[in-house]
Amino acid sequence: MTEPAELIGTGTRLADGQWHRLHPATPLLKGGIALIAIIGVVIVNLRDVLINIVLGGGPGEEYDPFVWIIEHEYAGLILLAILVGLLLFVGGFYVSWRMHTFRITDEVVEVRSGILFRTNRRGRLDRIQGINIVRPFLARLVGAARLEINVAGQDANVQLAYLGSAAADELRREILLLASGTRAEPSESTPAGGIIDQLLAPELPQDAAAPESVVQMHLGRLVGSLLLSGFTVVVIVAIIALAVVTATTREYFYLLGFVPGVIAMGSYYVSKFTRSLRYSIASTPDGIRVGFGLLSTSNETLPPGRIHAVQVTQSLLWRPAGWWEIKINRASHSSAKGAAGQANTTILPVGNLADVTKVLELVLPGIDVDLVVRGLQGGGGDDGFTNSPRRARVIRWFSVKRNGFAVISGAVLLRRGAIWRDLTVVPSARMQSVALQQGPLLRRLRLASLRLHTVAGPISPAIGALDRDDAIGAFGSIADAAIASAGADTSHRWRA
Amino acid sequence: MSSKLDLPGTEWRGVSPRYIVVDLVGNLVFGIIVVVATSIPAFITGNVYLWTIPASFAIIVLIVLALTPRRVRAMGYQLRDDDLVFRKGLMFQRVVAVPYGRMQLVDINRGPLDRAVGLSELKFVTAAAASGVVIPGLPEADAEELRDRLVELAESRRAGL
Repeated sequence: MTEPAELIGTGTRLADGQWHRLHPATPLLKGGIALIAIIGVVIVNLRDVLINIVLGGGPGEEYDPFVWIIEHEYAGLILLAILVGLLLFVGGFYVSWRMHTFRITDEVVEVRSGILFRTNRRGRLDRIQGINIVRPFLARLVGAARLEINVAGQDANVQLAYLGSAAADELRREILLLASGTRAEPSESTPAGGIIDQLLAPELPQDAAAPESVVQMHLGRLVGSLLLSGFTVVVIVAIIALAVVTATTREYFYLLGFVPGVIAMGSYYVSKFTRSLRYSIASTPDGIRVGFGLLSTSNETLPPGRIHAVQVTQSLLWRPAGWWEIKINRASHSSAKGAAGQANTTILPVGNLADVTKVLELVLPGIDVDLVVRGLQGGGGDDGFTNSPRRARVIRWFSVKRNGFAVISGAVLLRRGAIWRDLTVVPSARMQSVALQQGPLLRRLRLASLRLHTVAGPISPAIGALDRDDAIGAFGSIADAAIASAGADTSHRWRA
Repeated sequence: MSSKLDLPGTEWRGVSPRYIVVDLVGNLVFGIIVVVATSIPAFITGNVYLWTIPASFAIIVLIVLALTPRRVRAMGYQLRDDDLVFRKGLMFQRVVAVPYGRMQLVDINRGPLDRAVGLSELKFVTAAAASGVVIPGLPEADAEELRDRLVELAESRRAGL
C-alpha cells in the first residue's frame, strides 16, 4: 500500500480531510454489466449443449466452442483457465478499489487512483460549477450513487463512482457548505431508509427545498411537447412522402422499409419520455437543484452565480399551448446527460409561463419578472425594451417591432424573433466582454449590432439591427454594468 | 451625422505605422498564392474565360492592399479605468470592451515579419472564446509594458469566472 492504513478514515463523515474509499460494490457496478453479459453468453451457449446431453442427441451440427471443448476433453484445463482469469479479474478490481481513494479538505477535493499508472487529481472547492449525483438503475438496487464534481473547463470533472447513496447526498451538502465560505458546523443528516425505501422515495426529497420554489413537470405537457417537436414534423413529412410514393407506384414493398423506422421512432419517444419523468427544479440554500429520471435518476446542484446566460425560446408549434424551453450557458461540461438525453444545459425542457417565471427567479434572483414576461410575449412598442427603428424592417421583416434589448440592474435582456421567439438574459456579473459591430449594410441603414461574450455554450447572446446611437449607448452602459457588478459580485462565496 | 461607430470621449492609441509593411507583405504573399493557384486551370485548359477567376481575385487583393494603410490606422485601443477597449475594421467595424478583471492570460506573439520590423502582437484571452482581442503591430517594448500593465490591472480587479 502506498499510504499507511491509519490514514484511511473510518468515520461516517466523508468530508473530514481524511482519505476515504469508495463504495465496496464499485467494481461490480463499473465492470459488472460486462461480466453479467459474458456470463449470460456462456450460459446461453451451454444450454444447447446441456439440452443435447439430456435429450441424448449428439453434439449440435453447428460449430460451437463448448462442443469442441467437450469433444477434445480439454474441459478441465479450460475451467482452470477461466477460474484463474476470473480471479485475476476480481483481484484486479479489488486492488483498483483499494488504490482508489479520495479526500475532501476545507480547500480542495483530491482523488488518487490507478494501479500501474497513478493519477492524482485535485479540484479547488471554490471553483466548483456544479455537483451532479447520478444513480443508474443497477446502482440504485445496491444503494450506490455516482458523484460528479464539475469545475470549469473541458474534461475537468472530479468523479467519485460509486458512493453510498445517502453518503453521496451528505457529501454534496458538505462540499457545498465548505465551498460556500461558511465555517458553520454541518447539521445532523437525516437517516437513510432501506434499499426499498430509497427505490420508492420521491425523486425530490420532502425536506430538500421549500415547496413553493419547486417546479414540477406536468405529465400531459411532457407528452404534448414531445408530439409538438421538430422531430414529429419530420416524421409526419416522412409519412406523407411514403403515402404518396405508395399510392402512386402501388409498390407496397416500400412500407416494409418503414418498419425499422417505426421502431426507432417509438424508442426515441419512449426514451425521451422516461428520462424526463419526475422532472423537478427547486431552490435549495446551496443553489438550484435539477432532478429527473424514473429508473436511473440524476440530480444536480448548481451553486449561485454559476449561470452565465439564460435563454427562453418558443417555437411556432408551442405557441398555441404557451410552452417555453429554457437553456443555460455554464462553464463546466458534465459527462452525464440531462433530461430527455439533451445536454444538461437545458434546465427546463418544457413549461408554461408560470414555470418560466419561477425558474427565472431561481436562476437569476431579483430579476424584474414583469419585464421578462413583456420580453417573452410583448409585441413591441413602449414596453421597457429599446427596439429596432422602423428602417430596420428591411433586414428584420417580421420581428422589427420585437427586436430589442433592455439593460436592467444586474442583467442585460435581448429579445428577438416574431415567429421563433426568444429572450436571452445575461447576468452582467458573468459577462466576459461586449462587442459592437457594424458592416456596410448596417452602416447604410445607420444600424449596428451588439454581441455579449460569455463562456461557450448553446447560447451566443447577440442582437442585430439596432439603431446606431442606441447601440453605442448600450455598449457603454453594458460595459459599465459589467465592471460594476463583477466588482460587487460575491456569489462564489454565497454564504460568507 | 455620421453613421459610423464612434465612441464618445475615447482617445484611441493607434498601432505602429510599421505594421502597414507587415500587413502589406502578408496580404501580398497570400494574394500571390491565391492568384497563382486559381490560374492553374486556365493554364492547363487554355480556356480564356477561366482567366476571369484569377483576375477577380487579383482585383480583390489589390483593393485589400490599397486599403491596408487606412485599415491599420483604424485599429486602436484604449486603457480605460476598468476595461480595455479595442477597435478595428474599416468596412466591418468592431469595438470590444473587456473588463481587466476578466483576463485569463495575455499572449505575446512575434511572427517572422513582425520580428523583422521589431513588432509584437498582443492577445488578451478571457473565458469567452468570442472576445477575440488581438492587438497587432505593437513595438516590442510597448507590448511587454502593456502586458505587464494589463496583468497588474487584472490582479487589482480580479473577478471570478
